[in-house]
Amino acid sequence: MAMLDENDILEKHINKIKFTLFSPEMIRKMSAVKLFVADTYNDDGYPIEGGFADLRMGVIDPGLRCKTCGGSVRSCPGHFGSIELIRPVIHPEFAPMIYMFLKSTCHSCGKTLLTNDEINEIKGELMTRDELVSSIMSKVKKVKKCPHCAAEQKEIKFEKPTTFYEEDRLLLPTEVRDRLAKISDEDLRNLGFDPEYSRPEWAVLTTLLVPPVNVRPSITLESGERSEDDLTHKLVEIIRINQRLESNINAGAPQLIIEDLWELLQYHVTTYFDNESPNIPAARHRSGRPLKTLSQRLKGKEGRFRYNLSGKRVNFSARTVVSPDGCISINEVGIPEYIASELTVPIKITDWNLEECKNLVKSEEKPKAVYVTTPDGRRRKITDTNKEEIITELAAGWTIERQLKDGDIVLFNRYPSLHRMSIMAHRTKILPGKTFRVSPSVTAPYNADFDGDEMNIHVPQREEARAEAENLMLVEDQIISPRHGHAIVAPTEDHITGAYLLSLDETSFSKNETSDLLSMAGINELPKPDMKDRYSGKLILSQLLPKNLNIKIESKIGKKGSAKSTIEIKNGQMISGYLEKKSLYNIIEAIVLYSGTAQARDFIDGIGKIGGEVITRKGMTVSLKDYTTSDEGKKKIKQIVDNAEKQVNVYIMQYKNKTLEREPGKSLKETLESKSSQTLGGIRSNIGKILEEDLGQDNKAIVIAKIGARGSIINVTQMSGAISQQVVREKRLHRGYRYRTLSHFKQKDLTATARGFIKSNFLDGLNPIEYVFQSMSARESIVNTAIRTARSGYMQRRIMNALQDLVVKDDYSVRDGSGKIIETVYGGDGRDTMKIKKINEELSTPVGVPERE
Amino acid sequence: MVTKINKGKNELMVTPGEGVGIMTAHSLGEPGTQMTMRTFHLPGVVEMVPTGLPRLIEIVDAKKKPKKPIVTVYLKERYKDKKKVEEIAMKIDEVLLENVARFSEDFKKKQVMITIDKKALEERNLGLVEIKKKIMGELESGIKMKHQRERVLLIAKDLQLRMLRKLTNKLKALHVAGVKDITKPVVTQDENGEWLIIAGGSNLTDLFKIPEVDPKKSTTNDIMEIYKLFGIEAARNSILEEIHTTMKIQGADVDIRHICLLADGMTADGEIVSVGRHGLSGKKPSVLARAAFEETVKHLVNSAIHGEEDKLNGVTENILIGQPVPLGTGLVKLTMKPQK
Repeated sequence: MAMLDENDILEKHINKIKFTLFSPEMIRKMSAVKLFVADTYNDDGYPIEGGFADLRMGVIDPGLRCKTCGGSVRSCPGHFGSIELIRPVIHPEFAPMIYMFLKSTCHSCGKTLLTNDEINEIKGELMTRDELVSSIMSKVKKVKKCPHCAAEQKEIKFEKPTTFYEEDRLLLPTEVRDRLAKISDEDLRNLGFDPEYSRPEWAVLTTLLVPPVNVRPSITLESGERSEDDLTHKLVEIIRINQRLESNINAGAPQLIIEDLWELLQYHVTTYFDNESPNIPAARHRSGRPLKTLSQRLKGKEGRFRYNLSGKRVNFSARTVVSPDGCISINEVGIPEYIASELTVPIKITDWNLEECKNLVKSEEKPKAVYVTTPDGRRRKITDTNKEEIITELAAGWTIERQLKDGDIVLFNRYPSLHRMSIMAHRTKILPGKTFRVSPSVTAPYNADFDGDEMNIHVPQREEARAEAENLMLVEDQIISPRHGHAIVAPTEDHITGAYLLSLDETSFSKNETSDLLSMAGINELPKPDMKDRYSGKLILSQLLPKNLNIKIESKIGKKGSAKSTIEIKNGQMISGYLEKKSLYNIIEAIVLYSGTAQARDFIDGIGKIGGEVITRKGMTVSLKDYTTSDEGKKKIKQIVDNAEKQVNVYIMQYKNKTLEREPGKSLKETLESKSSQTLGGIRSNIGKILEEDLGQDNKAIVIAKIGARGSIINVTQMSGAISQQVVREKRLHRGYRYRTLSHFKQKDLTATARGFIKSNFLDGLNPIEYVFQSMSARESIVNTAIRTARSGYMQRRIMNALQDLVVKDDYSVRDGSGKIIETVYGGDGRDTMKIKKINEELSTPVGVPERE
Repeated sequence: MVTKINKGKNELMVTPGEGVGIMTAHSLGEPGTQMTMRTFHLPGVVEMVPTGLPRLIEIVDAKKKPKKPIVTVYLKERYKDKKKVEEIAMKIDEVLLENVARFSEDFKKKQVMITIDKKALEERNLGLVEIKKKIMGELESGIKMKHQRERVLLIAKDLQLRMLRKLTNKLKALHVAGVKDITKPVVTQDENGEWLIIAGGSNLTDLFKIPEVDPKKSTTNDIMEIYKLFGIEAARNSILEEIHTTMKIQGADVDIRHICLLADGMTADGEIVSVGRHGLSGKKPSVLARAAFEETVKHLVNSAIHGEEDKLNGVTENILIGQPVPLGTGLVKLTMKPQK
């Protein structure tokens, strides 16, 4: 392929595209060949002249030359051909338009069935084109006599897809065409048409445009047999019927036969354009598969528009499984050696990098140059044999393609790309192994985990693209999400635990340990010890903080207002407080705001490395022991459960006695359900509280839940307390058998156990009935997830499509593609959602958002 | 000092050229995947009101009527007593004839017997005579009405059987008292301790005719009704508010500016336009953008008929033909004079 110069690409710019109808003259003018043979190739496999593979329409066989432009398979763009239809047929897609014209114009004089005054009146009103047409149509409906020539107007009927009747008489396409041809240019303009570009009679086809061969290439099967494209099949059919019709007409066959053939021709043309139109059977392939004709090619998700035009396929990309690497920066991605040697980056040779490039070509080791391209566009692979030759030839203006090396910029992406953080730029780090290595801190924006997720990389090929990636898409620039202005790239799981352990008041390290930890994060200066000869964890944390950081954050750990819960950082020194997820996020946001993204990136990396090291040294793990409650705790939990059960039984009694007090707006049964759901649902938090007490604040399961590293109190409750109420369709379990959930219960049993309450926990195990209940609930949630992804995906596509052209202009107004103002000032205050610090929520309410009275 | 403040302010402003529309779509769409499909009991509300994703879709679709319209009625006076408020709640609750009477049809004699429940009437402070009058008003000619205390007998000799059933159905739905469409009012307190009534159905027009109702504070979740009653700006605010609360209930933190943009986009033409094929996307000036979204062939055909022009101002169009998009870095061009 000829390498295009960058300047060539920029010169070609399409300004606008106009959509029009083709006139028969235009089709004839465009057509390179008039087709008259209903066949493609002759027995020798050579295209038949006048057939559907005629060489004047372009070539698909290598070695042959196009007879119109002389190009080869690669260079010939293809040329249209045409078929002269012996009798005109109606273009099915335009039939509704034809119907509109037949109804609104006089059959004898071709004028609009309204007086000039009426038309002028309608034209004077302010309305869109569609409104104009519909208002004319509604007025025309009542007209029985042409106001211009006084001809009687008969009712026109339209039968989809292409048949027209006048009262009960069939209107032949010839008649239709004649009528449409009578309509004056002025009348057309009144109806919002542009007669210069599209006359209605052109929608009744007299010549059929035949697409070039490369639009409908034939495939050669292994057996040497040729298999034609669906479109070719259809066109062959059309020409065959056309010829039969012609010979019949010439032979003076009876009108009936001619009309039958004519109708058949119409059918073939109709299915050629749209093979899914209602009321007519789809044209089928020999195997019974419906043919994919023009409409089907364009339509839908797999159609030309959405599949090939909105979505482009690319080179220079790779895909493999992702796995975590605790030592890699959030800005980096580990690339397997194999992938790095396949992907290349082009380097333009100048006088200044000539030597370097020669070395790359010469090099035996990776990264080496794999291809060279000469200034005239010839591309060659570099092999051991031609290496020396190339090196001597190499000069400025050549381009070499070099393998990926450390520090290159690549785009990293995980599907589904729901927001812009789904594609971020990373710097490469070539590593042994077969997976992409990423920092666990960037899993959140990608929504990735390491259970087998695969991700893609793309290597930008041009300087402009690389510059954009580096300056706008780098992970550190995406730490703050534009959705809410909060951090989205941040330490997770064990890193949080590590930071928490470090921030504990009692944590201290010896000099050796401290230097180990700090050097992990690349800090080579040892601070002065602050606990006699030992170093506190906070001191180590402080080394990661920028020196100008001063903040005070309230966390949820410990009592409110206590030293534990108040995280105070003065001049980059952490003074008090225990770190947890929320406060780490706050600190990151503050660093981004006051010191910039690079510092924030260093902090996240540092927490990852030191935190990871701390947790390997100090240890923080959960075991069965952490979920085992004391006998006393068990008793308490049992009591809560029993009480709730009793309470429900009381409600049931009251319900049966009709003494239950009705809640407003609810029936007695509904009241019972709502009351029992409330009592049974409420015990979960009560059990949680008991467990927190019983297991103690030092229990690892509770700790990791509280600091936000992993799990939640609900998980603990379900494992060591009780799984409690199961729900389907927001109600206690109620479906299954008649009046009961399972056949193990009596009919109309409304007690807790009969309606999906699970007393057991995951540690002790469930009884069979409970197991079924849990499965019912679990299935519902799986089904819901499946439905939700589809629904929300479509919603997002719609919003995306509706708003994608909106852009902030220089005056901070938001406008769409055509320049229409949507907002005079973006968001009322023109603030960037990413740049708003939201430690104080109140500060974030923008001006201009009216408070509701 | 002033320059410093200005500088700080400028730093916080959006970068011109930012594709805020796409950012909005991302910000609203991404949390959609995490939202629950569940309907929730809003505090005090009896009806299951769609929240989460279904509600969001409903708003974005600009549905004529929400699935479960809800009105929040504030009162002009700040009553301390719950009873007073409950009385008003009773007053606005719509009563249909069906709620206070039993029906029995006799198809042989072509009669309908309505037995009015006196107890129910007393509960709602309704008079027997008024109801009878109302029934009378509904009757077409040819139907005779006899009544005796709480019994009403309708004789319709000339009616077809089908019409007889139609008549009973019509009478069952006869509006007897209260405000039309308002059902199941519940009295609750807001966070300031003020009493308010939350009820199903939405009919602000009629509600505002009730003297105790405060028209300044009372609202509905029916955006279309707000649009008809108060106009487009109010509708914009209503969309904003509704999406905001929906997101908040789901715990999805979305910046208000994104929701603003969506609401502004939906109302920029002076009427509420839905997001999708029949709304914003279907009304785009660009043929290619519409064709690439949905109903490809229809748009191409129509554009050919009318000789439409695609000016290629949008994102999709330019992607389709392989040109840089007019957003962000695609919007600016760099020119440089090479120095010799």
